[in-house]
Amino acid sequence: MFGLKKILSSDSVAKATAKIVGEGDSAVLQIAGDWLLSETRTNSKEIIASIPKNLSKLSFETSSLGTYDSALVCMLLKCYESCKEQNIDVDLESLPEGPRELLKLAVAVPEVSAEKNDGDWNLFNTVGSRAIKFMDTIASQCGFVGELTIASLNALRGKARYRTSDLLSIIQSSGPEALPIVALISFLVGLILAFVGAIQLAKYGSEIFVADLVGIAMVREMGAMMVGIVMSGRTGASFAAELGSMKVNEEISAFRTFGISPMEFLVFPRVLALVLMFPLLTIFADVIGMLGGFVIGAGMFDISYDQYANRTLSALNLVQISTGVMKSFIFGIIVACIGCRMGLQCENSSAGVGMATTSSVVQSITWIIVADAIFAVIFTIFDI
Amino acid sequence: MSVSAELQNITAKLSVKNVCKTYESAQGKVDALKDVSLNIGEGEFVCLVGPSGCGKSTLLNLVAGLDMPDSGEILVEDTQVKGPGRDRMVMFQEHALFPWLDVIGNVLFGLRLKPNLTEPERKEVAMFYLHLVGLEKFAKASIHELSGGMRQRVALARSLAPNPRILLMDETFGALDALTREQLYGEIQQIWEKRKKTILFVTHNIREAVCLGDRVILFSPHPGRIIKKFDIDLPRPRDINDPALTSYAHEITSYLKNQFGKDIAE
Repeated sequence: MFGLKKILSSDSVAKATAKIVGEGDSAVLQIAGDWLLSETRTNSKEIIASIPKNLSKLSFETSSLGTYDSALVCMLLKCYESCKEQNIDVDLESLPEGPRELLKLAVAVPEVSAEKNDGDWNLFNTVGSRAIKFMDTIASQCGFVGELTIASLNALRGKARYRTSDLLSIIQSSGPEALPIVALISFLVGLILAFVGAIQLAKYGSEIFVADLVGIAMVREMGAMMVGIVMSGRTGASFAAELGSMKVNEEISAFRTFGISPMEFLVFPRVLALVLMFPLLTIFADVIGMLGGFVIGAGMFDISYDQYANRTLSALNLVQISTGVMKSFIFGIIVACIGCRMGLQCENSSAGVGMATTSSVVQSITWIIVADAIFAVIFTIFDI
Repeated sequence: MSVSAELQNITAKLSVKNVCKTYESAQGKVDALKDVSLNIGEGEFVCLVGPSGCGKSTLLNLVAGLDMPDSGEILVEDTQVKGPGRDRMVMFQEHALFPWLDVIGNVLFGLRLKPNLTEPERKEVAMFYLHLVGLEKFAKASIHELSGGMRQRVALARSLAPNPRILLMDETFGALDALTREQLYGEIQQIWEKRKKTILFVTHNIREAVCLGDRVILFSPHPGRIIKKFDIDLPRPRDINDPALTSYAHEITSYLKNQFGKDIAE
């Protein structure tokens, strides 16, 4: 820039040098030669090292300075910064106009670090704030469960304000309308169980026990679990989306201003509907799953209908069926509560509704599996 | 209780005493309201104005009982607000109508909770309010058939139907087009003169506030607080395009600009 004309006009290059001259309080930095990035020049560290420690003022002598580019300004900036650190005055006025202005520009605004300021990050801080957040979540979950309990007790006393027509339409959409997808999924699960099991059992010539395997697996585990997973994707998500969009439209606040608890009017009928429908869907899924097992048994291993039904009936008892049904009650509560809670907590934006829906599905499925594991432990302990 | 008793004009005075409210956010604690005090007389129309995030909607939610203050108290006729109640109805920016009910069903919604009215009496009351907002012909229409302005009018009828003492309006006309809004300014003033409710109206539109309010309360953010109160001495009904409004609006705007100029300089 400033040196460009000089570069173009000069054909030979003089060696770039700089040295400190002078003793005592004030010293002069003699700069000579052509200061170009492409040429060798005196290292700025050497220059800085040669600045006397007890100096109070540094000025410049540039009469034999030839051409220059940013190499000169870089050197000057480093000298300037080091002088400032040692409280040495720098006489900028003794510089030629070009480098002087550039240097002034360079030191005018302190450099801002572009990195995110993580200055006060530390392990305790992070762990602490996460823990506080976690406690808040737990507290609000307890609050939700408490409010729901109160709403349910009010409903038992016939005092809750909700519409029976709402309850019936939720039952319709979460019960009968879910039958096809539940049937498909549990049929396939029964099929898979039978297929995998029968191949192993065939090695011992005991294919008939595939009826026991499918029956027990469906009734104890897979029936309730598959209903839970299908329903959390189907109904739990729709609860979250429904209540979430009501929150965004401020309908939830409107309910509250009319003195109607959203817990009684919206959440309670949904929880009740799922608690009623889950056991029925589970029994349905159990039967369809066993049907799937029978298709494999009959199709691949020539087990007759009578044999299969007899084996199944002798393998199952009421205790086993009731374990699955009991689980499905809990799964129903989990799916409905998480769906409704996510909806009511939703942020006031359409993106918030999407997030509420997604997290309701993820959380429902996670908690269903966790609850199932807990049940497995309990049933093992009590030898059921 | 008879219909005429139900339709009596009732109103209330409202006082807000040293109310503070903070919220937790990702950036730490936010002072949504700091030491806010305000007295509103019976049947007064008060507008709360301020830039977004100044706590005016927070104050409205506290008065509505949808949220609780951290300290201080809110009194309606010397009774402390402890939760939502039908003496304070809220109108929201979104109409918040219940889409599964028709127009009259929405207006009846709040009335259903009044045990001492018979069903025909409730219908009569609901029709009275639908007539007041000029929608009696649309009683059986469903909500999605209505235009935005009509929906807000149904919302107004629904809020008036339980005969609240105080009407709280949270940027109620914010989502409407300019023409509909101008029309509603006229209507809300007429209805206010007829029903004599105490109205607390939140807006960020200064002209709107000057057009509607007896008083305009100016809020400032960080922390949310009242910085100035303006009395608007103009005859009613006021028109939004009246030049007399402009001088008031100008005064408030320039005060606001000065205030914020200072904040930025600090």
